[in-house]
Amino acid sequence: MSTAVATAPRAFNPARGEPSWVRWTLILIALAFLLGFLFLPLAVVFGQGFSKGWTVFWDALTEENALLAARLTLITALIAVPLNLVFGLAAAWSIAKFEFPGKSLLITLIDLPFSVSPVVAGLIYVLMFGAQGWFGPWLQEHDIKLIFAVPGIVLATIFVTFPFIARELIPLMQAQGTEEEEAALVLGASGWQTFWHVTLPNIRWGLLYGVILCNARAMGEFGAVSVVSGHIRGMTNTLPLHVEILYNEYNAAAAFAVASLLACLALVTLAAKTFLEWHLKQDAADLEPPA
Amino acid sequence: MAITFKKRGVLPGFSLTLGFSILYLSLIVLIPLSATFFKAGSLGWGGFWEVISHPRVIASYQLTFGASLAGAAINAVFGLLVAWVLVRYDFFGKRVVDALVDLPFALPTAVAGIALATLYSSKGWVGHLLAPYGIKIAYTPLGVVVALTFIGLPFVVRTVQPVLEDFETELEEAAASLGATRWQTFSKVIFPALAPALLTGFTLAFARAVGEYGSVIFIAGNIPMVSEITPLLIITKLEQYDYAGATALAVSMLLVSFVLLLAINALQRRAHLRKA
Repeated sequence: MSTAVATAPRAFNPARGEPSWVRWTLILIALAFLLGFLFLPLAVVFGQGFSKGWTVFWDALTEENALLAARLTLITALIAVPLNLVFGLAAAWSIAKFEFPGKSLLITLIDLPFSVSPVVAGLIYVLMFGAQGWFGPWLQEHDIKLIFAVPGIVLATIFVTFPFIARELIPLMQAQGTEEEEAALVLGASGWQTFWHVTLPNIRWGLLYGVILCNARAMGEFGAVSVVSGHIRGMTNTLPLHVEILYNEYNAAAAFAVASLLACLALVTLAAKTFLEWHLKQDAADLEPPA
Repeated sequence: MAITFKKRGVLPGFSLTLGFSILYLSLIVLIPLSATFFKAGSLGWGGFWEVISHPRVIASYQLTFGASLAGAAINAVFGLLVAWVLVRYDFFGKRVVDALVDLPFALPTAVAGIALATLYSSKGWVGHLLAPYGIKIAYTPLGVVVALTFIGLPFVVRTVQPVLEDFETELEEAAASLGATRWQTFSKVIFPALAPALLTGFTLAFARAVGEYGSVIFIAGNIPMVSEITPLLIITKLEQYDYAGATALAVSMLLVSFVLLLAINALQRRAHLRKA
């Protein structure tokens, strides 16, 4: 039986797709799945946060330990993200604009933190700088505390977040090639001028994208920070750790109130991400030759 | 032809940027990692084996890897469905849904952990619907699977989506004009093209799930031998000052991580070649 171009109108065009009921069933199943695994968890955060009313919510956020935890989270992000930014730019510059042996090994190493458990990430710093670690005795002699103190938290956060910016910039800069920079050099620009006026404007959306992701992860990191932090309230607790403490004390409303703050951060991150992805797509379309 | 030295490239800044990158990587990653391997080495093979063959450890491996596999498999099926629906169909709120798929990436794991634990507990919005049927999700291995499904959700969707978007519909139309039913077209034309991306997404979700801590420990029961994941066991050993044991476990997880990393790289390279 021929299903090729038919002259009589059909219920659906097999070349165009599925019948309408199949479409809607699939859409509903997909949405049901997302409901249980995405929308409802998000809703629960805000629902539980406000379950005891606005006053309890506000008190949980402005309580002293919560504010100190927020401060530590901000400080950690403010140190980790710029450092990782410099690393990301340096690594992407060397990988994208030059040829050298061992390049793929370097790229694999940069991807390493993504496949390492956060707990292991924290553990390796405890093994280096903890009381029993390699540098433990030396640090104790000089009365420097890294583990169970803020520097350890920053270090663990850097480990977990440094790939984000690099991974975003490397393919972007590789796709952009070296022609523009070489042209700038030929015209007499110095290396720094080339970087600042030619490269940076080209990569700005990818850069922002990487920074947003890096920041979201830096502020939200839990496992690695949990291991190195010592959980000292008011001193070595970040916001996620504070959420854990409140939850384990059966203070669910307060825990979810602080969690709501973090969820808002996540939603802002998602919005920024969507906005930047649009720009990245525009840039990529501009790079391709016209069809 | 004149003999020239091999040029790395004409742009300046090679030694500076590469040097800095390697220094950074060494300080942050390589040196601490080698400290870990050395410490594990000090145990000797016998000691190492003794730690990881303990029944409690093996039970944690079974839970961690088993639940990760289950979560990644669920994501493979439903992630494919979600990617299909997002690329092929239109519905109200589609763009919001599309943006929200990345929520597990952006949401702190502790927040996800307490939300899932509350949602799926017997008094939670979903949990209380299942309680009459005797299905307990929170504080059981099933809860671990739920958490790991959440955490791996974006991986499959985001690896399959671009492949689906770039898919040439002419192939589908050709198949249809040759007499294929819609299902045949999907299973024999579309799905094989998506399979590599699906596999990559599955492996990424699996790798992420294996090491996951924050989203899992609230919804798992954390009962040794039953619902205790390996990362938790590492922390327990640390708290008991059993550094050697914790290190041995960490090294075993690192070895798995490395294998997975190599597998993912190989898969992604294959996908790249296929694209070109």
